[in-house]
Amino acid sequence: MSTNDRTPVLQCEQLTQTYRSGGRELTVLKDITFALEPGGFLAIVGPSGSGKSTLLGLLAGLDRAAAGRVLLDGQDLSALTEDERARLRGEKVGFVFQSFQLIPTLTARENVLVPLELRGEDGGPRADELLARVGLAGRTHHYPAQLSGGEQQRVALARAFANRPRILFADEPTGNLDARTGGTIVDLMAELNRDAGTTLVLVTHDRELAARAPRMIRLSDGVIVEDVTR
Amino acid sequence: MSGGARFVLRMAGRELRAAPRRLLLFVGAVGVGVAALVAINSFTDNLRDSVAAEAKSLLGADLAFTSRRAFPPRAAATIDSVAAGAAQAEVTTFAGMAFVPRTEGTRLVQVTAVEGPYPFYGEIRTEPDGAWRRLQDDRHVLVDPSLLVALGARVGDTLSLGRTRFAIIGTVLNAPGDVGIRTAFGPRIFIPGRYLAETALLGFGARAEHERFLQLAPGADAAAIAKRLRAPLRAERVRVRTVADDQANLTELLERLTSYLGLVALVALLLGGLGVGSAAYAWVRQRLDTIAILRCLGATAPQVVAIYLLQAVGMGLAGALAGAAAGVALQTSLPAVLGDFLPVQVQVRPSPAAIATGVATGLWVAFVFALLPILGVRQVPPLLALRRDVEGTRRHDPLLVPAIALLAASIVLLASRQVGSWRSGLGFSAGVAVAVLLLWLAAWGLMRGVRRWFPDGWPYVWRQGLANLFRPANQTTAVVLALGFGAFVLSTLFLVQHNLLRQLAVDGRADRPNLLLLDIQADQRAGVDSLAATVGRITSAPVPIVPMRVQRVKGVAVTPAPRDALAEAGADSAAPGGGRGGWALRREYRSTYRDTLVRSEKLVAGRFWDPGDGDRDGTWQVSVEQGVAQELGVGLGDEITWDVQGVPIRTRVTSLREVDWARFEPNFFVVFQPGALQAAPQTLVSLVRVDDPAARGRLQRALAERFPNVTSVDLTLVQQAVEGLVDRVALAIRFMALFTLVTGAVVLVGAVTTSRAQREREGALLKTLGASRRQVLRIVAAEYASVGLLASGAAMLLACAAGWAIQRFVFEQPFRIPTLSLSLLAAFVAVACVAIGVGNSLGVVRKTPLEVLRGD
Repeated sequence: MSTNDRTPVLQCEQLTQTYRSGGRELTVLKDITFALEPGGFLAIVGPSGSGKSTLLGLLAGLDRAAAGRVLLDGQDLSALTEDERARLRGEKVGFVFQSFQLIPTLTARENVLVPLELRGEDGGPRADELLARVGLAGRTHHYPAQLSGGEQQRVALARAFANRPRILFADEPTGNLDARTGGTIVDLMAELNRDAGTTLVLVTHDRELAARAPRMIRLSDGVIVEDVTR
Repeated sequence: MSGGARFVLRMAGRELRAAPRRLLLFVGAVGVGVAALVAINSFTDNLRDSVAAEAKSLLGADLAFTSRRAFPPRAAATIDSVAAGAAQAEVTTFAGMAFVPRTEGTRLVQVTAVEGPYPFYGEIRTEPDGAWRRLQDDRHVLVDPSLLVALGARVGDTLSLGRTRFAIIGTVLNAPGDVGIRTAFGPRIFIPGRYLAETALLGFGARAEHERFLQLAPGADAAAIAKRLRAPLRAERVRVRTVADDQANLTELLERLTSYLGLVALVALLLGGLGVGSAAYAWVRQRLDTIAILRCLGATAPQVVAIYLLQAVGMGLAGALAGAAAGVALQTSLPAVLGDFLPVQVQVRPSPAAIATGVATGLWVAFVFALLPILGVRQVPPLLALRRDVEGTRRHDPLLVPAIALLAASIVLLASRQVGSWRSGLGFSAGVAVAVLLLWLAAWGLMRGVRRWFPDGWPYVWRQGLANLFRPANQTTAVVLALGFGAFVLSTLFLVQHNLLRQLAVDGRADRPNLLLLDIQADQRAGVDSLAATVGRITSAPVPIVPMRVQRVKGVAVTPAPRDALAEAGADSAAPGGGRGGWALRREYRSTYRDTLVRSEKLVAGRFWDPGDGDRDGTWQVSVEQGVAQELGVGLGDEITWDVQGVPIRTRVTSLREVDWARFEPNFFVVFQPGALQAAPQTLVSLVRVDDPAARGRLQRALAERFPNVTSVDLTLVQQAVEGLVDRVALAIRFMALFTLVTGAVVLVGAVTTSRAQREREGALLKTLGASRRQVLRIVAAEYASVGLLASGAAMLLACAAGWAIQRFVFEQPFRIPTLSLSLLAAFVAVACVAIGVGNSLGVVRKTPLEVLRGD
């Protein structure tokens, strides 16, 4: 790895995002600044509408900021084209979504294969290994519609870790699951974080879940109102 | 293969797997057009091969010489100069009245008098076998089978023709180069040439075609001889043909016929392309989530575009292959549809070239039509995977204009290739574009209109159905285009056919003639008149006809064509002085004289002479039809000198007329002042009205017996023949147009199916809220009724415009709309639309609300 352990894997400088709505300019995020070290585990919390998802989208390079910049593993996202950001995601970023976002026309195994094949790898054995790891060894050829919500989210987790990401973004990963299934998912995430040294960024409004993260940033009306490390 | 390419291929394959229904629609949309294209183009290839294989027997000889009059001595001498060592045959063809005394049946026939061992190549098949060889033995006649039926005669009967009686020894099954539809205007009969004079039918004024056929000695070069003789014979108005000339002309003619039929097939394929475009659009819209996820996971925009383009091309390929297979099967049915127009038996076999082009065309159409909607995936924001409410930023796509240009260029190219002319290809593409644009505008107007003036007072089901027209992701445009275009093509064909037939209809009014008597000699006039008066009414005074040729135009003598390049190539229409004028200068004119205009003509320039006006210094006035005046290059005041049976007659053009040629009346290119021609040798034409068909038959028989040289034409039979001919042509065109309709239906089903998931959810919600199945279905019916009515209405309006343009500019005929039949057609289209829409929704209402809502 080119970067040494002290360099932040994620760095956010005076990030501001605005949207136009009904002719009025709406500031969704204002002057967000923070840095996250490799292997860290950050929870971003706040009430709905506080700008959590917008922040996550900017951090992962899914959108362009109105002002400020994001450095992902040392790369300035604003200096990259959309396709270059996509390639960067393919190499270094993993995603877990609230609504799982598996591709419905692909089997569990094929869904896990997508990031690997995007990199030009065959990836079969790794996909099987990951699916076994999340406890789905027997369900690799099922389609998302044939899986329960918890199972779908486990496939999504396997997919998120398939490309050995430097950083994993999770957007309300337990939001659509019951408390027990949600708990298992978070345990799995923490385990993978620990084993692979992957940095974890978790967006949630679930206090209990956020409490498991050593660091927590609280957003309100688009600004950081609290940044605590335990 | 790079890793990225492998990913694209795998993803395309996996995504395709999930859409068997869509695959079927794609196959249908592309396949039907490709099937039509492969069938017609493969058949054209077969036709070309068959013509080449049978070229010699089509002409029946190595060289043929044709003249509209008996061969002039100089021409005969020229032909004899090359005939040494060659076998010769002479064939004379003319119209006459055949009469069978036993059954008292009379019929206008085409007589072919054969002298010599014609044909040298190929054979004339007869029933009984070998009767052709016995034809020359005695006063024998071979007839078309249809004549026996028409006259109630049989082999062995006596047939009288002119002053001679012949024994019917058999029927002719096929003759070289014979086209089925030719017999529609009079069955063919064959007699030995040496009895031709005995019939006394070729008297003054009779029209006959004289042909001499040569079989050259082995090693003689027919093309070289033809080249040498062409110019001197042209001066004598004798045409020279070789096997190669005939083959080239025939091939060109047939290819023109089939290439236009191919254009109808192309219409079907382009409509299928629209279906592909709309299916691709709907498909991409459904895959927005997947696209956003792929982008999140690191797929680049070009990769995602490639995935979906590859799918479209893959499905297009499946459709094109299936279509090609269907086309090969269909091809075998084409001889039945087109056979009557073809002078050869076509050996049907699949043409690899036609199949390859058909598949490539289908593939390209699928690609180029899917390109536009699929390029749109580049605008899908990856953020969509995170948040539902993201709107794609509507940036201008720099690839949009090139993609549209590629689409337009492809259509022009395909059409031009099909008809073999850039002009026609461009015209066709422009026509298609205008039709599509107008239909699109109609759909847009409907959506805007319904939204703007929403009928708030209407019953609930109607309001709900109408609201569906403009809700998000509606299929209004796709349905209107698919249905409207198919209906437009079909109704245009219907309108043109209807108008052509209407023009040709024999006027039913009592004062209109239905029997035409030709070639009455001056001394027979009184006899024919009194005979006709016993059973019917002579509707107008007999019209004199004087045959003549042009001698000088504006003081310049009409000379035979110079030896120009066109003449060398055998293009006999090439003119002295160039242009189409050659035909007008060299043809034989059958002119008349009178002091008044008749009903079917209108003065457009100058002034018609008054009765009793005389000549001026030996120059007489003539009135010329405006079209032929243009070809002769004459206007008011110009001088024309005519050769009337060797006597020069000087005339000056003092008026131009417009003539309605479609009327069954004696019409003339040139009308003379009576004083100019009264003394010239002439024949007469009489128009008679006989209401009772039986009496009409009796009159024809009596005429055939007493005045055998008089040809009587039953106009109702001619009308039937023309109707039969138009019907055959229409059948061929409609057969091809059917593909357009089928494609339209496939595209319509496709458009309806793409909104199925949305409909299921809505139907379930409505039912949850208390709507009955009936109500849900009636909402759907209301929606499709309004779309269907709009599509068919717009299509009918377009068809009327197109039909009018075709009548006005191609056939130069007035246009009238058959309101009732057209309304029925429109209603049928609308009903079909409702049926497809409701039929597709039956499954929607059958599911219980819970099934659907839980399925989300």
